[in-house]
Amino acid sequence: MLLVILSVVIIATFFVIAARKQQLVPGKLQFAGEAAYSFVRNGIAKDIIGGRDFMKYVPLLFSLFFFILVNNIYGAIPVIQLPTFSHVGGAYVLAAIVYITWIAVGIKKSGLKYFKLATVPSGVPWYILPIVVPIEIISNFLVRPVTHSLRLFATMLAGHLIMMISGAGIEFLVMQENVLLKGASVLVLGGAIAMYMLEALIMVLQAYVFTLLTAIYIEGALHADSH
Amino acid sequence: MHQAIISAATEGGTNPLVPNPWEMLVVFAGFAVLMYIVVKYVVPMFEKTFAERAEAIEGGIAKAEKAQAEASAALEEYKQQLTDARTEANRIREEARAEGAQILAELKEKAAAESARITAQAHTQIESERQAAVVSLRAEVGTLATTLASRIVGEALSDDARSARVVDRFLADLENQNAGVAK
Repeated sequence: MLLVILSVVIIATFFVIAARKQQLVPGKLQFAGEAAYSFVRNGIAKDIIGGRDFMKYVPLLFSLFFFILVNNIYGAIPVIQLPTFSHVGGAYVLAAIVYITWIAVGIKKSGLKYFKLATVPSGVPWYILPIVVPIEIISNFLVRPVTHSLRLFATMLAGHLIMMISGAGIEFLVMQENVLLKGASVLVLGGAIAMYMLEALIMVLQAYVFTLLTAIYIEGALHADSH
Repeated sequence: MHQAIISAATEGGTNPLVPNPWEMLVVFAGFAVLMYIVVKYVVPMFEKTFAERAEAIEGGIAKAEKAQAEASAALEEYKQQLTDARTEANRIREEARAEGAQILAELKEKAAAESARITAQAHTQIESERQAAVVSLRAEVGTLATTLASRIVGEALSDDARSARVVDRFLADLENQNAGVAK
């Protein structure tokens, strides 16, 4: 839990220092900060939400991306080796924040009609509606936050477990009397390193996916009438 | 073994899908603080920098275009001035040439006039000198001839009027003879 606070300090310090100078020709640090900021601002918010509305959601997307990214990368740092979101609580909280946000955006944009827009697709024959509407309700309002949070949690927990299993497996094999079994631990180590790389990739990827999905949900709520 | 690892991972053997409320609180508080800092400082600062940069670049482009327009205007002006200067120089050269020719002609004319004048003067002088010589000769030759004749003849032909008539007649004969020879 200290790590969560540490991540906030890391992110805030880095970006405040990077952004503070505000030079027209950026230095290295400012350039790095701007590149990271632009990645979320232009690569996610502008591309997905688009138009004139995206600036309002940049702070949320930006905070989400780097909060999840840093907390995930904890899992790849030796000694710490614990991604925050391998505990489900944090993932629930973030998914809940996003859930409330996009529903609020939808209601603000279209009023209570939003729920009709979100659950009754246009152009569908009336006799299919009894099937489609429940599916839409379940998929949009019940399953969406669950998958959103569990996707992050599950990948982090799985990565964490794989690392632990590899570690335990190597330890178990090294303890064996049989030399061949002892030697087999090297194979496990090789596999563990490969998995470690994969996990590092997934950590970054999941931060991106979580943020991207947030942007897609907000975009869907903003333009519910055209979906 | 597996059970043990899963238990270890979830710290206490509970269902991994059941969250720890304290964890949720910390994540929520941490995220709220981060969100506050981002909204309050990070995004405005980056956006301000971006806006300033965009403005600086656009302003720079406008400035460069203006400078270029000024430069080409100045170039046009210089070319125009150069052409003018060349035309002027040509004009002056032509004028100088014409003037030189005129001066030369005037000088020639003046020289010709001067030489004509000198020639005429010389003619006049020569004529007058000749006249004077003729007059003095006439007097002298007459005197000499008379003196010689008187000596030869021994007779004083002192009657001036008479001797002068004789000399005149003699000279007229001489002139007639000369004219006849000249013809």
